[in-house]
Amino acid sequence: MSKARTSYGRMALVHIALIAYTLVAVFPVFLTLINSFKNRNAIFRNPMQLPTPETFDLVGYATVLGQGDFATYFQNSLIVTVVSIVLVLVFGAMSAFALSEYRFRGNTLMGLYLALGIMIPIRLGTVAILQGMVATGLVNTLTALILVYTAQGLPLAVFILSEFMRTVSDDLKNAGRIDGLSEYSIFFRLVLPLVRPAMATVAVFTMIPIWNDLWFPLILAPSEATKTVTLGSQIFIGQFVTNWNAVLAALSLAILPVLVLYLAFSRQLIRGITSGAVK
Amino acid sequence: MGSLQLKSVRKSFGPVDVLKGIDLEVKDGEFVIFVGPSGCGKSTLLRIIAGLEDATSGNILIDGAEVSAVPPAKRGIAMVFQSYALYPHLTVKDNMGLGLKQAGAPKAQIEERTKKASAMLSLGPYLDRRPAELSGGQRQRVAIGRAIVREPKLFLFDEPLSNLDAALRVNTRLEIARLHRELKATMIYVTHDQVEAMTLADKIVVLDAGVIQQVGSPMELYNRPANLFVAGFIGSPAMNFIDAKRLGEAGAKTIGIRPEHLTLSREGGDWMGRIIHVEHLGADTIVYLDSEQTGLLTARLFGEHHYAPDDIVYASPNAGQLHRFDDGGLAIR
Repeated sequence: MSKARTSYGRMALVHIALIAYTLVAVFPVFLTLINSFKNRNAIFRNPMQLPTPETFDLVGYATVLGQGDFATYFQNSLIVTVVSIVLVLVFGAMSAFALSEYRFRGNTLMGLYLALGIMIPIRLGTVAILQGMVATGLVNTLTALILVYTAQGLPLAVFILSEFMRTVSDDLKNAGRIDGLSEYSIFFRLVLPLVRPAMATVAVFTMIPIWNDLWFPLILAPSEATKTVTLGSQIFIGQFVTNWNAVLAALSLAILPVLVLYLAFSRQLIRGITSGAVK
Repeated sequence: MGSLQLKSVRKSFGPVDVLKGIDLEVKDGEFVIFVGPSGCGKSTLLRIIAGLEDATSGNILIDGAEVSAVPPAKRGIAMVFQSYALYPHLTVKDNMGLGLKQAGAPKAQIEERTKKASAMLSLGPYLDRRPAELSGGQRQRVAIGRAIVREPKLFLFDEPLSNLDAALRVNTRLEIARLHRELKATMIYVTHDQVEAMTLADKIVVLDAGVIQQVGSPMELYNRPANLFVAGFIGSPAMNFIDAKRLGEAGAKTIGIRPEHLTLSREGGDWMGRIIHVEHLGADTIVYLDSEQTGLLTARLFGEHHYAPDDIVYASPNAGQLHRFDDGGLAIR
């Protein structure tokens, strides 16, 4: 974009809109964070107030970290999320490569079939999934969650990645073939590095719903040993009494790993989102 | 070294026949150029020779050995692509050496051949750079270097100059001509640019609609085009075609005369016409005129001439330089 054509008034309006949206999006997170550092009375009396020396209290964090299980919950969430992302990326990229690179009978049909999952929520199949997990003895294992989340993430991954792989130059792949690279080396060494921004995009879009999910952990893996953070936080929410300090502290802690993963992907992500539009 | 034979090679994509039976022989050390309009199947043919595409039927022989079932890397070919197709994550040196490395050549040999090729293309100072740090012309030289390093039986060029600007195009054309003389290798080159074809080739293969229209040396094609298509495709500006009936010529359907074989005069001549437009190029003057006898005519005059639109002039074809074509468009000789 050339400097000369950018009017400052327009830029200011755009930024005002963006800042307003950011405030709306960040506000609940901010509220959760400040209240997690306050004592119980202060949370109810003045939910909007920043923690002052009188109201500052770490009792929520003490409760959460004092209960030894929370480390396990975190570990479970991380294992499930990271393994699912890796599987989604590897399998998604492979099928996207096959769909975009090879001419075979039923190619379009296969692409549509794989994209169907974007339109039909996987939760519709919960009963069947549960029956399947019971039959295979996978209930209350992290494997069950990983399998479901991989299936849940694949459609979007295949869809986004195959669009990107179509943009990788045919000449480059053919040059690789002439130089004697196998189809696997062409995929891993030539194509994957070039679609890295798209991979980051897919990783972020896959990661957040998995990390936040309450449904499948509750149904497939509610045992103490396999609880995820989101499910684990529920023990502080009771029918009659809710330990708000602990809930808010648990949620604040749960933000951290996602934030770290997001920052790791974000530079690539921005390139991925803009690469179609700007070029 | 490298010879190539194609025997009735056909290629169809579904119901579309792209190549309709190509027979061709390329001798060792020849520089052969496939030329034709876009969509004529020339690139597909090159990709079939390379093994990137399978022929629907027919045989491909390199050095007398059938290679239809041999993968590209084992055919003893090297290819230079229009978009350079350099590996973005490798240095110039590694780009050139990758083919040999994959084939399991010893390090010393890779080193030596890379050095030789880079000296030939004066790429020495750039060996440790990545493709992104090179200009377009340098990238294409690296791509050519990558082909040289493999010491192939056949060099295949797929429109290698199309992405370069006009000045670089001339330089790189000279470079390729020099390489052909030095390496004495067999080269097959695809282009839609007839200037490249005329200047580089030992032998030009003119393709249209998946069929070879004519094979011959540049001057053969220019002087003795086999049919209307070749006559119109080779030469710029294109040959004038005149309906034979209008000239009262018996025994031919169409008469062809090249713009440079017309003489213009204000005093008198065979065909009187009114000038529509004049292009002054310095070395040439191109005159477009409308004549009652022949319809639209293009004349190319050497040097500067002072004609203006609406002038009345007479055009006369030079003796012995008329081309005659029959009902089927074939040349009558």
